[in-house]
Order: sequence, then structure tokens, then C-alpha cells
Amino acid sequence: MLGLLWLVPALPAAGFLALVLLDRRLSRRGAAWIGAGSAGLAALVALLVCGSFIVSPPAGDAYHQVLWTWFDVAGLAPTIGLYLDSVSVLWVLVITGVGFLIHLYSTEHMEHDEGFTRFFMYLNLFVASMLILVLADNLLLLYLGWEGVGLCSYLLISFWQKDPHNVYCGRKAFIVTRVGDTAMIAGIFLLFTQLHTLQIQPLMAAAEKEWATGSGVAVAAALLMLGGAVGKSAQVPLQTWLPDAMAGPSPVSALIHAATMVTAGVYLIARTNVLFTLAPDARLTVAIVGTVTLLIAGFSALVQHDLKRALAYSTISQIGYMFLALGVSGWEAGVFHFMTHAFFKALLFLGAGVIIEALADEHDIFKMGGLRRDLPAVFWTFTIGAAALAALPFVTDGFYSKDLIISTSLGSVDGSVWFYVGSLVGAFVTALYSFRLVFLVFFGERHTDVSRRPRWRQLLPLWVLAALSITGGFVWMPGWLGGFHPLEIFLNEALPPMELTGSAAHFAESAGGALVTIAIVLAGIALAYGFWMPWRAGTSRFAASPEIRPVAAFWLGGWGFDWVYERVFVRPVKWFARVARDDLVEPAVSGIAWLNLWGWRTLSAGQTGRLRAYLAVAGFGIALVLAVVVLR
Amino acid sequence: MAAVSLDHGLVLAAILFAIGFAGLLTRRNLIVALACIEIMLNAAGLAFVVAGARWGQADGQVMFLFVLAMAAAEVAVGLAIAIRFRETLKSLDVDEADEMKG
Amino acid sequence: MTALFYIAAVVAVLATLMVVTRSNLVHALVYLVISLFAVAVVFYTLGAPFVAALEVIVYAGAIMMLFLFAVMLLNVSADAPLRVPLRAWLGPVILAAVLLAEVVYGLVLTNPRLSGTEIGPEAVSEALYGPYVLGVELASMLLLAALIGARHVAARDGDRDADGDEA
Repeated sequence: MLGLLWLVPALPAAGFLALVLLDRRLSRRGAAWIGAGSAGLAALVALLVCGSFIVSPPAGDAYHQVLWTWFDVAGLAPTIGLYLDSVSVLWVLVITGVGFLIHLYSTEHMEHDEGFTRFFMYLNLFVASMLILVLADNLLLLYLGWEGVGLCSYLLISFWQKDPHNVYCGRKAFIVTRVGDTAMIAGIFLLFTQLHTLQIQPLMAAAEKEWATGSGVAVAAALLMLGGAVGKSAQVPLQTWLPDAMAGPSPVSALIHAATMVTAGVYLIARTNVLFTLAPDARLTVAIVGTVTLLIAGFSALVQHDLKRALAYSTISQIGYMFLALGVSGWEAGVFHFMTHAFFKALLFLGAGVIIEALADEHDIFKMGGLRRDLPAVFWTFTIGAAALAALPFVTDGFYSKDLIISTSLGSVDGSVWFYVGSLVGAFVTALYSFRLVFLVFFGERHTDVSRRPRWRQLLPLWVLAALSITGGFVWMPGWLGGFHPLEIFLNEALPPMELTGSAAHFAESAGGALVTIAIVLAGIALAYGFWMPWRAGTSRFAASPEIRPVAAFWLGGWGFDWVYERVFVRPVKWFARVARDDLVEPAVSGIAWLNLWGWRTLSAGQTGRLRAYLAVAGFGIALVLAVVVLR
Repeated sequence: MAAVSLDHGLVLAAILFAIGFAGLLTRRNLIVALACIEIMLNAAGLAFVVAGARWGQADGQVMFLFVLAMAAAEVAVGLAIAIRFRETLKSLDVDEADEMKG
Repeated sequence: MTALFYIAAVVAVLATLMVVTRSNLVHALVYLVISLFAVAVVFYTLGAPFVAALEVIVYAGAIMMLFLFAVMLLNVSADAPLRVPLRAWLGPVILAAVLLAEVVYGLVLTNPRLSGTEIGPEAVSEALYGPYVLGVELASMLLLAALIGARHVAARDGDRDADGDEA
């Protein structure tokens, strides 16, 4: 059964090829069947393979399938090989499962779009690339998947190409992540030149053996990998692309910018955890980046009025939590939060897509309201998602994973009270903004009428993801609730165990520590209710008051990052490009064109149509020839 | 009969040809252009006869005969075309017929 | 004979110059006739009496007659005289002069030849109906084609011939 592993990335890739080759001849039904069907088949095979892995694990808790050797040059011989261990099992199941649900949703959501087939083409290519990324057994193949998802992200963000703004957003995403990708490839070069292999498992073993903890190479390699992760996962300072990526269709936001691609950075750090274990400074950087990001993005999400942008900032913030966990050596906690986040964030984006469609492309939450009665299914599922995001205690999966991270940030040997406080403030803000969305969109008086209602293909994924958002947390319960934690045991097969051995560990792991979290979250929800239900007018007046307005505007604009980047990077480069247009090479090249035109004009002038002129030319020619003959 | 320098005969043919060529390039009247062509043909025939006299053979004169026959045919058709020309373009100006260009 | 040659040559050149420069069309054609006569004399001095006679009969006689008939038909003499400004002569004269110079330069031989004996009609006829008989036949076909072609080209649209067919 495990031998079918190669089918998992191959099926969506085949779907992509089929759609490319049959493009013109396919009806919408055909494209939907191929597109969603290949994703569904991949999910099925993934279930079989991963199920077999879980039920009867192979020797060494990992399955390695080498398909062929990519090339063999000067000691570099990467393979096209797939490596399945508990970490990749989790990612594969999320990508194929959630991915299939989103494909199904898209068949209805995009049904009126003229680029229907193209959409599924890109979506399939994306799923294939992401699967290659998580299943790769060497860093070069991983980078191939990495680039593939970057490409698909660009293609899908600028999917509605006729509007140049969408293309700009796609370009921005690509360029910003490129900065991270460059750091990553530098890291890959460094690793290869020092350790002479790129196969991940041997590489990690070699690093552990040869590099001392805290040595310069380890720190450098880890930081470069972090650079790549920061770009793809939209963390500070490379987070500016994600809010603008909302220009793409909602299924894209759900799949790529919530559940999968943006978690590639988390996956990378988890895979190369040995490097980070060997470089405590790098680990600290990861944790700091995560904390700063989760706070900045959280506050930005609080003041957004575009529904999808709010969810985008929320994604940035939640991935900050994952980075924080990884930075304090809470590897499994970070991965657990990835899983729960995939469920509820995809749910929230798909729900947002339904709402936006239903209100005829209205994005502004202040123009929504009162949708509780018109879209009941969406109301319940969206609220469940928001509750999971806010970490509503006990009944949502978000609670279990977020609380775990919060306690790890204090209790881990790398933890600190600063991280703890930061994550608690973040949890408060998260609860606040998630329920702000719920109250503004579904309660109050209606400002826009519903024109399109969703049908089963959009509703079913919402229900499934809502169910997962509730039950997904039960695979890892904290010690004071019984300690049922099969997920942690499963992940321990591939990741080093989390040791909560810091000074405050005892408090952090206890029910008392959890009580703090619970209190903060409930306070946030209660305040959200207050601000946006009975006291809504007062809140709006407060937000518009002259002291608060500049602060709100600052958060709205993403804390000024775009403003700074525009002035420091974008404008100088554009100026330089404009100035350098007329360089040395330009006149030479356009000179050729000019010469041609001049020749054409001159020769055309010679076509007078008059006999005498032609005779004169002929005579001139004869004179030349005679001169040559006679003067020889 | 006294001998004539054959070089000078060829030079005469060249001069007549040059005059005819210059005239063809300059004059715009169709009939005059045809006349210039006749001048040039005549000059060429003169050159042939001179060449025949140099070798003492009748071939030069035979060639002149063929040139003559061809000139006659050409004039006939050329003048017929001139009549057409006059009817279509309403003038005998050679420069008026300039549509084969561009 | 030599003197006759040079006199006739000068007359031919002068008459040809007149042909290309006259603005009255009929004058130009008459000067052409004179030029042809002069060239006929040149032929005679070169020892080719047969072609001298042919030159007068066919060229000056028939071909120039065709010209004059065409001029009458086209009623050209009723048109204004054709003036050519002096500036227009500059380019062609230079070009023709260059060509002339090149040809003359190439023709100058180190030991100039002199004309020999006369080649009379008998020799020409023997050559014509001997080796060149094919040329004779082709020339006659050419003349036939020219005849028919000229008739059709010159006919007006709508003209019908004796059988009632189109022109």
C-alpha cells in the first residue's frame, strides 16, 4: 500500500496535464470532473497510504520511495524521492483532504467564471507542487516544489488578469517571496558545500555530527532557511504580500494563503529542526519573529473593513504563533497548530467567499449585517470557525493548539515571560477581532441584500470543515484534562520531543496556566460582543475620534511596512530602471531597427514608377560595370 | 576604295548611342523617346557592320538585317501602344505612366 | 572615301543632336531621317553597300514613315511644343558622357585596323540563306506577330472587325 505513495503527487500533476492538453475541448463539467476528480483521487490514495502508515508503521517510522536519480554531477546527486514520516503524513492529509474540499467548493463557486478550466489547471498544479514540497527527500526537490507553489500563487492571485491591480498583487507576492527564496537557495548552497549532500535525513545527521552547537555555520544555515520560511509564510519583515494576495478568488485564499502554501515555512523549519537545535540564536530569532508578527498582524486585523483582508492578517498572526512555537523548541505544538489552523482558516475563507458572492461582490463588512437569517448555514459554520480562531475553550480545536503554544512559550527551556505575555495579548486581540467579524457580518441591520445563495457543493465543505474545527483538537488534550495525546506520540517519531523544563513549566502545564488563557479569551469575546452589539455606535465614534484615528489608520496600513518598502526599495529601483533604459546596448539594438527603416524609406523613394528614372539607374549600373571591365 | 579606320567607326557608333541614351533619359514625349530608341538601335547596327568589315565577313551585315527587322517590329507595336497611351492618359508624357511603383 | 566617311559621320552626329533637342516633333523626326541617310553613307564607305541601301529603304523609308503616320494620327502637331529646360539635360549628359568615355577608352586599339574589301549583296545573300536561314524565318515570324499585335493593341474598345467579332 505504501508503494502507492508516488501516486499522491502524480494524480494532481496528471490532472494538470490533462486540463492543459484538452483545454479547448473540455466543457465545464469535464474540467470540473478532471480537476476536482484528480484532487479527490489523490485524497483517497493519500488516505490509504497514510492510513497504512499509521496502522502498520514501517521500520524506522519512515518510508522512503526513490523513483529515480534526477542527475549526478560533481558529487551532487539529488533523487526524485519521496520520504514519508509522521510530519509529512500530517501535511499530506491536510493538503489532499482540505484541498479536495476546496476543489469541490470551487466547482460551484467559480461556475460562472470564464476561466474555469484555467483555474483548475493552476489549482491542480499547485496541489502537485505542494505535495512534492512536503514529500521531497532532498532539499533540491523541496525547492522545486517551493518554486512551483510560488508560481501557482502568482498565477492564481492574478487570476482575473484583465484588472491590472490583480496582476500587481500577484507580482508583489512573487517578488516579496523571491527575497526569501534567495536566502533559502543561499542556505542550500551553504549546506551542500559544507556537508556534501542535500538528502535531508543524511544532511541532518551530518550536521548533528560535525557542527558544534552555536557554531557560525549552523547559525548561518539556520538563519538562511529562516529567511526562506519568512518569505513564504508571510512573517515580518516579508509579510506585506499576503493582504494584497486577497485579490485572487476566495478558494485560492483558502487553499494557498491559509491552509497550505503559507505553512511551507513552518514545514521547512520543522524538517530542518536539527539546524535550529544547533543554533540557539537562530531559534531565538524565530521566536521573536513569530511574536512580533502575531502582535502586529493581530492589531492590523482589528481595524480592517475588508472581510478578506481581516482574515489575511489573521493568517499572518496565526502563523506567527506557529513560528513562536518552533522558536521555543515546541516543534510538535507548532505542527499541531498548523493542522487546526488549516481547518478553521480554510472554513473562514470559504465562508467569506460565499458571503461575498451572495452580496454580489461586496467586501466591506460595514456594508454587510443581518445575514444570520438569510444565510443560516454560513452563519453557523463561520461562527464555529471564528470560535476556533479565537480559541473558544474546550469545544474548538483552536483552543487546544493555541493553549499548548501559550504554555510552551512560558514553560519551554527556551521560553520566556515576554513570549508568554505576547502570546496572551495576541490571544486577546484574536478573540476580539474574530468575533468583531461575526457580529458585524451576521448581526445588526442588513445593509446589502442577498442575491445568490450557495448550494450543496459549497455548503458541504463548510460543514465538513466545521466538524473538523470542533473535533480536530481532541487528538491532543492537555495533561490536566486527561492527557489523551496520540498526535504528540505520532509526531514524536519524526520530531524531537518537546521538553517543558523551564522554570515556570509547572505553572504553564497546569490547569492554572490554562485558566489564564481561558479567562483572556472569554474576556476578548465578551468585549467584542460589547463593542459591536449594544455599543456599536459608541465604538464607531471612538474609532473616528482624532486621537484614535491615526492609530487605527497606522494599523490599517499594516504598520507602515508597505509605506517604507515603497520608498526604500520600489521607487529607487523603478527610477534606476527608467534611467538605465538608454544604456549602451539600447542604441545599438534600436539602431539596427532604425537602420532598417531608413533603408526602407530610401529604397521606397526610389520607386517612382517613372521609366526615365529606372533607365537612369540602369545606365548608372552599366557605367559601373563597364568601368570595372575597362579599367581591369 | 581607300581604307577607313575602323576604330573611328566604332567611336561613331558609341557617340550616336550616347546621344540617343541621353535623349531617352531627358525627353518626356513618347514619340521622341521611341525615336531615341531607334537611334540607339541604329548605332548598335553600325557597330555590327563595322565589326563585320573588320573580319571581312558578311555576318556583320546579316546581324544588322536582323536588328533592322526587329526595330521595325518594335516601332510598329510601340506606336500602337503610343496610340493607346494617348487615349488612356490623354497626353504623351512618359512621366504620366507611373503606377508601377511602391 | 576616308573624307566621305568623316563628313558623313559629322553630319550624322549633328543631325542626331538635333533630333534629341528639337521641341517641334516633326522637326525632330525629319532630322532623324537625315541622320539615317548619313549613316547609310557611312555604311557605304565601310564597304557594305547592301546594308546602306537597306538602311535607306527600310529604316529611313518605312520606319520613319510609320513615325510620321503615327504623328498625324495622334494629331500631335496641334499640341504645344515640347520644351525641356536646360537643367534637365545635366544629369543625362554627364551619364552619357561617362558611358561614352568608358566605351571609347576600351575601344582604343594599339594597332588600328582599316577597312578592307567591299562585301556586296551576293556575299550577304549567301550568308542569309545559308547558315542564317533560321534567323530569317524567325524574323519573318516576328514581323507577323508585330503586325497582328499592333493591330489589336491600337484598336479601340467596341471596334468590331469584318466578321463582327470584337477587336
